[in-house]
Amino acid sequence: MNFPILSVITFLPFVAGVIILMMPATRKNETRAVALTTAVIDLLLSAWVYIQYLQGHMTGYQFLEQHDWLPQLGISLFFGVDGMSAPLVLLTGIVMFTGVLISWGNDDPHVMSGIQDRPREFFAFLFLLAGGVFGVFVSLDLFMLFFFYEIAVFPMYLLIAIWGWVKTREYAAMKLTLYLFIGSVVALVGALAMYWTNYQSTGILSFNMLELEKAGFSADFQNLWFLPVFLGFAVLGGIWPFHNWSPDGHVAAPTAVSMFHAGVLMKLGAFAALRVGVMLLPEGAKHWAWLIMGFAGVAVVYGAYIAFVQTDLKYMIGFSSVSHMGLVMLGISTLNATGLTGAGVQMFSHGVMTALFFAVTGMIYDRAHTRMIPELGGISKVMPFATIGFIIGGLVSMGMPGFSGFVAEFPIFMGVWQEQWLVAVIGSISIIITAAYIMMNIRKVFFSPMPENLEGHIGDVTVLDKVAIVTLCLFMITIGLFPGVMVPMVSTGVENIMRLLGGA
Amino acid sequence: MFTPLTFASILPEILILTLGILILVYEPFWKEDQRRNAGWLTAGGLLITMLVSLIFGRPGQPTEVFGGMIRFDWLGFFLKMLFLFAGAATALLLMDHEKAGKRGEAYLLLLASLLGMNLMAVSSDLVMLYLSIETASIPLYILSGFLLNDDRSTEAGFKYLLFGTLASTIMLYGFSLVFGFSGTTDLYEIAAKFTAGSVSPLLGFAVLALVLVGLGFKVSVVPFHFWAPDVYQGAPTPVAGYLSTASKAAGFAVILRLFFIAFPAFSSSWTLILAALAAISMTVGNLLALPQTNLKRLLAFSSISHAGYAMIGVVAFSQLGATSVVFYLAAYIATNLLAFGIVMAFQRITGLEEITDYAGLSRRNPLLALMMLAAFLSLAGMPPFGGFVAKVFVFAAGVQTGYTWLVIVGILNSIIGVYYYLNVLKYVYLYRMPDQDEEQHPLPLTRPYTIALVMLVLGVILVGTVFAPFFGWSDAGALVLF
Repeated sequence: MNFPILSVITFLPFVAGVIILMMPATRKNETRAVALTTAVIDLLLSAWVYIQYLQGHMTGYQFLEQHDWLPQLGISLFFGVDGMSAPLVLLTGIVMFTGVLISWGNDDPHVMSGIQDRPREFFAFLFLLAGGVFGVFVSLDLFMLFFFYEIAVFPMYLLIAIWGWVKTREYAAMKLTLYLFIGSVVALVGALAMYWTNYQSTGILSFNMLELEKAGFSADFQNLWFLPVFLGFAVLGGIWPFHNWSPDGHVAAPTAVSMFHAGVLMKLGAFAALRVGVMLLPEGAKHWAWLIMGFAGVAVVYGAYIAFVQTDLKYMIGFSSVSHMGLVMLGISTLNATGLTGAGVQMFSHGVMTALFFAVTGMIYDRAHTRMIPELGGISKVMPFATIGFIIGGLVSMGMPGFSGFVAEFPIFMGVWQEQWLVAVIGSISIIITAAYIMMNIRKVFFSPMPENLEGHIGDVTVLDKVAIVTLCLFMITIGLFPGVMVPMVSTGVENIMRLLGGA
Repeated sequence: MFTPLTFASILPEILILTLGILILVYEPFWKEDQRRNAGWLTAGGLLITMLVSLIFGRPGQPTEVFGGMIRFDWLGFFLKMLFLFAGAATALLLMDHEKAGKRGEAYLLLLASLLGMNLMAVSSDLVMLYLSIETASIPLYILSGFLLNDDRSTEAGFKYLLFGTLASTIMLYGFSLVFGFSGTTDLYEIAAKFTAGSVSPLLGFAVLALVLVGLGFKVSVVPFHFWAPDVYQGAPTPVAGYLSTASKAAGFAVILRLFFIAFPAFSSSWTLILAALAAISMTVGNLLALPQTNLKRLLAFSSISHAGYAMIGVVAFSQLGATSVVFYLAAYIATNLLAFGIVMAFQRITGLEEITDYAGLSRRNPLLALMMLAAFLSLAGMPPFGGFVAKVFVFAAGVQTGYTWLVIVGILNSIIGVYYYLNVLKYVYLYRMPDQDEEQHPLPLTRPYTIALVMLVLGVILVGTVFAPFFGWSDAGALVLF
């Protein structure tokens, strides 16, 4: 039984994108139907991979597929997932599915929701992005990882610039693309340096990351290249001080793209930084861990503080993403099993949570035509369903026990405490700030009296929106109540990292 | 003397010549409105030439034919196939050019220059090299100035002619000095005689510099690039596309063979010169592309910078370096021809070529807009298009041989590139026409354009995704240089 499931998951969005592009532009509903079908299939397949991995008590890399792509240079199409990447594949499936639902749109000019303008191109570009993201999570070949990474970056430009918020989209889209492109090419030089150094010592041309792990790069080499590679990728993870593109990008992007962007793309950066930076250059990681921890610590507190003072709901979520991704980086920088496990779970948890936040914000904006917190109020009366969703997201964000946020953040702080208790103390301030701004905003937006100008103009969310909200909430609560469905799995991935780090 | 191998070695050229004679014979009998059919004949004939050569004309071991004038090997063969492909696409794009499309001479001149380029790729003797360069250039001078009633085109033709002849004269002077020092015109014998021991390094440096003027002009690297923007802007658009791709690739073919085969003894000096040229060319090309408002001029400056990227592979002076150059050329030919083809298709209907005129293109013709997306993202070096893999290979070759600084310059430049390529796409996808009535201004594609553009876009995507066979052929080509 060798069904190439990871290839199917990765290439299905590309194929669907091409099919969608070939459909007539006027057939909007058929386009949406094809998009949804693809997303459902991808979600089911990625869930199947996840469940198989979990139920089989698997460890290490599984579902391996390897096809020579360019044997002369040692490039192969080498796919596989481990405990670290399987949850992220599932996350991508979830966000893809809910993203399509949110973007469904309608042809009624009075109700602004979803994507009405050129849905064909929108879904095609969105799927190109999704395919690239899947590709990065499952690639075990460094060249292919870059290949998919770049594929995941450039559709963002088009998606934000074309369908984004009119006021800032051009600026934000260009800023985002340039930041990410600069980061990735810097990391690319590091990757090429690893490739040739490995060739010099072993005589084998290979981009295979499992081979490169064994290359035994000298400490000087690792110390030199760790920062370019790690930070190059971490730009996409929104690490301070290179986070600047991220809130702008979130705000300008259309809802589904914000979900993708904050939910999945930022994980892409953290994941690639972990897999290429930490796993291939472990000595360098140890050497520079203090710096990464410093950056991440600043991001956690600073992001939360800036989120606190925002008046635009999307900017608030954007900066809260910087703060939460800072926690992921903080977990990675501990380089101990507890912290890394927390980081792995946090990637998933934050992905689902922030997708939910952006989805609800998008629903509110589509109906109220404003995202400014002072101008909103009383949403709970007209959109009860979305309100509950937002509150659950808020609880996850605050790290309440019983929700996935707690399962993720608690180990991160424990891991940090083991390394440097001061950072843990300072970092935990962010939890208080987060709780403050989340509760303040929930009160203002959902429960304060509704401004007169909004009275009677806002309707409830659609059925599709409800499906999306329920799906996202379900995952957060399940993991919160039954950490066993994810934590042991992530731990197996972490064990592998610890082995490379030479500990435990 | 004439063995089957001799014929096989020049099979594509024989077929091109036959095709040219066919056009000469048939064209006068066609009525005015049928004459564009010469384009079908040319394009079809070139594709058949490609097919026939692939079947019967493949090289085996590198061999010298015609008394050492021509080298029959994979490097020449693969490049010839690229030129034929570019020629076929250009012929299709010429067909619906308002003024040039109905004139048989245009196709004939195209074939003549193609013949010259094919010979450039295989010449292994200075005399043959010079002759083939001139054979390729002179028809292009005429083609650039083909639109007699258009001042810009006349200016382009004249400018190209003046700069071209000057550069080629200087190069000829360099050739004569090489002959003077080595006593032979055969590239493979020069290598043995024209060495650092026999000639002072300074003198060797001077000779190389003279030769480089002519070749630098052909590939339009800074500081020999001044002609490019004006000529690209003035020449008929398909001709500009052809100039920026096939003609440039032919120049690189000569650079590879000449420097790798004839002057390895001076590699320390020429890699230095070329590294400087590459760095300057990328930087100047990209910086000057930023303020351009005319799309053809923007593409001209972008093509100058791409010559710089490809040059990194030459500078690396390794087998992977040579492979990456040939691969880069393959990706670049398809990509840039696609870009110029789109400009041509757009210009044919609207008569406009400013970047701002492209506003609303994605609503006027979504297919054309998508192809433009592919072309410009490939130029910017984004996967899954050819430009990405090509750049990675060139950069990999640079890092391998220790030119990390040059690669970093290249990377900084590709970031600038991303900015202005995306800027064009912004007009295509984001902005709308002044009255937002794109439906009233459709942009239908005629059949030759559809065929040519689809062919090219498939090329761009294939080179970018299934790159193994292209790499294999490039590698086989590079192998003969070592």
